[in-house]
Amino acid sequence: MTELIFFINQVVISGAVLGCIYALGAVGITLVFGILRFAHFAHSELMTSGAFFAFLLAALFASWGIVTPIPLGFVVLPIAMVMSAIFALGIDKGFYAPLRKRGAKPVILLIASIGVTLMVQGLIRLFFGAGSYSFFETETKDVFRVDLAWLGSTRPLVITEPQLLMIIVTVVSVLALHFFLTRSRLGKAMRAMADNADLAQVSGINTALVVRVTWIVAGALACMAGTMLALDVTLKPDLAFNIIIPIFAAAIVGGLGQAYGAIAGGLLIGFAESLAVFNWTMVLRPLNGVLPEWAQLPATLSFVPTEYKLTVAFVILVVVLLVRPTGIFKGASS
Amino acid sequence: MIRRSLTLFAGLFVLILVIGWAMGLPFTSSRLVEAAAYSLIALGLNIQWGYGGLFNFGIMGFLMLGGFAVTFISYPVNPQFWGSDGPWMLGRALIAFAAGALLVYGARQSDKIGIKGGWKTFVTVLAWFVAYCVYRSQIDPAAAYIEANAGFVGGLGGHPVLGWLFGGVLAAVIAFIVGKIALGLRTDYLAIATIGISEIIRALIKNMDWLTRGTLTVSPIPWPTPLPQAYQASGSDQFSSLLLARGGFLLLALAVLGIAIWLISRAYAGPWGRMMRSIRDNHIAAASMGKNVTARQLEIFVFGSVLMGIGGAMLVSFTQIFDPSSYQPINHTFLIWVMIIVGGAGNNWGAVFGAILIWLVWVVSEPLAKVIFDFVSYWSTNVGWGAIPEIESRSAQMRVFVLGLVITIALRYAPKGLIPEVVRRDA
Amino acid sequence: MALLELKHVVGGYGGAPILNGVNMAIEQSDIGVIVGPNGAGKSTTLKAIFGLLKVTGGTIEFLGESIANSLPDKLVPRGLSFVPQEKNVFTSMSVEENLEMGAFTRKDDFSETMQWVYEMFPVLAEKRRQPAGELSGGQRQMVAMGRALMSKPKLLMLDEPSAGLSPRYVIEIFETIVRVNQEGVGILMVEQNARQALAFASKGFVLAQGQNRFTGTGQELIADPEVAKSFLGG
Repeated sequence: MTELIFFINQVVISGAVLGCIYALGAVGITLVFGILRFAHFAHSELMTSGAFFAFLLAALFASWGIVTPIPLGFVVLPIAMVMSAIFALGIDKGFYAPLRKRGAKPVILLIASIGVTLMVQGLIRLFFGAGSYSFFETETKDVFRVDLAWLGSTRPLVITEPQLLMIIVTVVSVLALHFFLTRSRLGKAMRAMADNADLAQVSGINTALVVRVTWIVAGALACMAGTMLALDVTLKPDLAFNIIIPIFAAAIVGGLGQAYGAIAGGLLIGFAESLAVFNWTMVLRPLNGVLPEWAQLPATLSFVPTEYKLTVAFVILVVVLLVRPTGIFKGASS
Repeated sequence: MIRRSLTLFAGLFVLILVIGWAMGLPFTSSRLVEAAAYSLIALGLNIQWGYGGLFNFGIMGFLMLGGFAVTFISYPVNPQFWGSDGPWMLGRALIAFAAGALLVYGARQSDKIGIKGGWKTFVTVLAWFVAYCVYRSQIDPAAAYIEANAGFVGGLGGHPVLGWLFGGVLAAVIAFIVGKIALGLRTDYLAIATIGISEIIRALIKNMDWLTRGTLTVSPIPWPTPLPQAYQASGSDQFSSLLLARGGFLLLALAVLGIAIWLISRAYAGPWGRMMRSIRDNHIAAASMGKNVTARQLEIFVFGSVLMGIGGAMLVSFTQIFDPSSYQPINHTFLIWVMIIVGGAGNNWGAVFGAILIWLVWVVSEPLAKVIFDFVSYWSTNVGWGAIPEIESRSAQMRVFVLGLVITIALRYAPKGLIPEVVRRDA
Repeated sequence: MALLELKHVVGGYGGAPILNGVNMAIEQSDIGVIVGPNGAGKSTTLKAIFGLLKVTGGTIEFLGESIANSLPDKLVPRGLSFVPQEKNVFTSMSVEENLEMGAFTRKDDFSETMQWVYEMFPVLAEKRRQPAGELSGGQRQMVAMGRALMSKPKLLMLDEPSAGLSPRYVIEIFETIVRVNQEGVGILMVEQNARQALAFASKGFVLAQGQNRFTGTGQELIADPEVAKSFLGG
């Protein structure tokens, strides 16, 4: 039983949290790709800058003496999301729209987004230095320990408050996104434009409006993902840059342009990473009692050593591409 | 067009002189050698993207392979390793690897003995799993043993230029494998594949301490031309020997660069080049004309990677240290892309120009930023606002910002580069 | 003042112009059919009207107002609708969602219009929840037309509506077009099935090399031996 709880802690909870973050990031990327047909590399910077917006707001609130039952990071999240949405709109207007107007090819837009990544990274480092910040300097991070001794486990089920809230917030956001895309006029217009941009224009859909809405949604979700990541670990300038590859992998695996695919892809890769680095020895330890001397389990037995965690996403990506090139949910072929 | 190129290169020359005067000759001479190596790497990317239209975002991986190759070839032999059981254990691991490969190959051919469809997939997956476990069972103890007894396998004590060539070969092999898998897919997936493979290479090289010493780094790696110490020993003063030695390396680097440019220009002007461009410009049409597009793309990808491997090896030889942690995508992949976008994709001279210009901008922005920060800090202190904190680290971060800015400005005003491709009207 | 009037329209995709002075006038009661050889500029005319390419000369007026080089999302609210020849449905969206997209520019309740479309194409009512990509060619064409009708246009433009359809569907589509026109929607369409289409056209335009060659009612053009010889295949 102890081993099962350990497994749940390490794989299920950890995988779910990671999966939520990847999913939210991947949705933004897949939406931008579906509507604007380019790979928005600077999405990681939307996530990191969103986290910094939230951090500044939380610090501001704390300095005003505001105390809330849930971490300030979550309380200020809606405001930070608005700021991120505006920031995303600004970046598009300043850097991508002029190139689009001149008929730039997708790879040029990708390079432009790399330029944006570097500039935003540089600015963040300029203002905040290269060190790390924590959301929990002024308040404590509550950890919930569910004692399961009555089930026979010597370990409690451990989940931190931010992690629990994260999962709830993600579920709520996914539902909201679902309703937006399937019930609202603007959401359907977005799907239409991703399906066939020319026909959308011919039908009278205001494509400029749809593009703006796309950036707003992408920016807001990126802010959410970045802030949650920073709440779970720490806030650093290269916070999201390190996970841009798993996030892209999630979007591609799910099918580019398919929002649900991105969510599925994100969860898949989140769980896969947690599973891959899981130390099976801890779970299989009881077997040591029945196994002979020479077959004793080594100290760590995992599919993949922890240093190679990021390669798991890549391997999944390659396998999916070989088996089903347009992704699980059959996304765009560009 | 020629006039424009000459003017730009003249401007570049003036820039070099200014930097030499402002930063000193030792600094400038080092930077020039590095610029030569980067020119070679940029040429490699120019072949892949400018001629072939292929997106390689994993340049860092190929540079690391080159660095590893030259380290392995030219670093002195490690007697502790050769005298221990290390080679024997590695041999077993190699056999295990070969056996595993055979097993997987056999599984993939299992349909010839009647195992088909779902069973074949199952058998193949099982074969991969077994091969992986068998290999790990041999390599893990071997690695632990080597690290405990000898540190790492050491080098072969060969000549650095051989190491450079080996760098090209290694890069070619990996490029071939990656290309075989990824070029069958759409070309923008090649970008993702190359990013991924470069991360995998980085993870492997960083963690295979038994082979590369990982984060402990390997140094000093010998030079192909005499070191400053050699000149000093024969009587020159410290300053001159530094310049003489670096000058020697620079001449060798330029020679390699010159040969590369000559070879590429010959190929570009000939029928092979024409076919490449026709594929790049409209590969659907080319395919319908019967040209084997994927095979040609694979050739381009491999050739470009060879140059990157050699360039990466040259850099490591020059700095005399192989440090896997020092490789960053920003420095080693994106920088190269900026070089050919700003310089001019599809034009060799554009690539070289871009490489030299961007490298100089990159290395100069930190000291320049520091000067500006100091100046502003001085002023702000006088006004009573206090000095700017952490000027050192902030100046270092400015490079990243400047690079992003350069990309943005280049894309806006010179989207085809400063020395763009010359579109020949083929008769 | 005609519903739609083209005077000496010159335009193309950049480079040499494809239209070299096209003239046309259509009323809301008309069924206008444009025929001609390949490359004559038939589809190009429709695209020029709908703002999908650059008009460099002449005038295009809809209800008396100039609409040359306007964007489509400005034209749809004015009462102009267009069914492209290819990729004319949102394949990943359901039939009903396709129709909803046609009504995007409308601010009022469009359920009556949707009823009207379903009456016109009963098979769509059956398949309203199915993704449009799963329908047959003829059914897709109905979805495309239905989508364009949702904005209650005064003039419906169609680019080769019978292209690639089996003979049964061709007849059905043409019959539907006539019905739509009887219910008050002007029609302007390009057709390769020249003879069949001109049979019910109130105005026929034969274009060649970006200019008008023959103009008249559909019946007149069919009866004209010169037209029949050069453009209708005898």
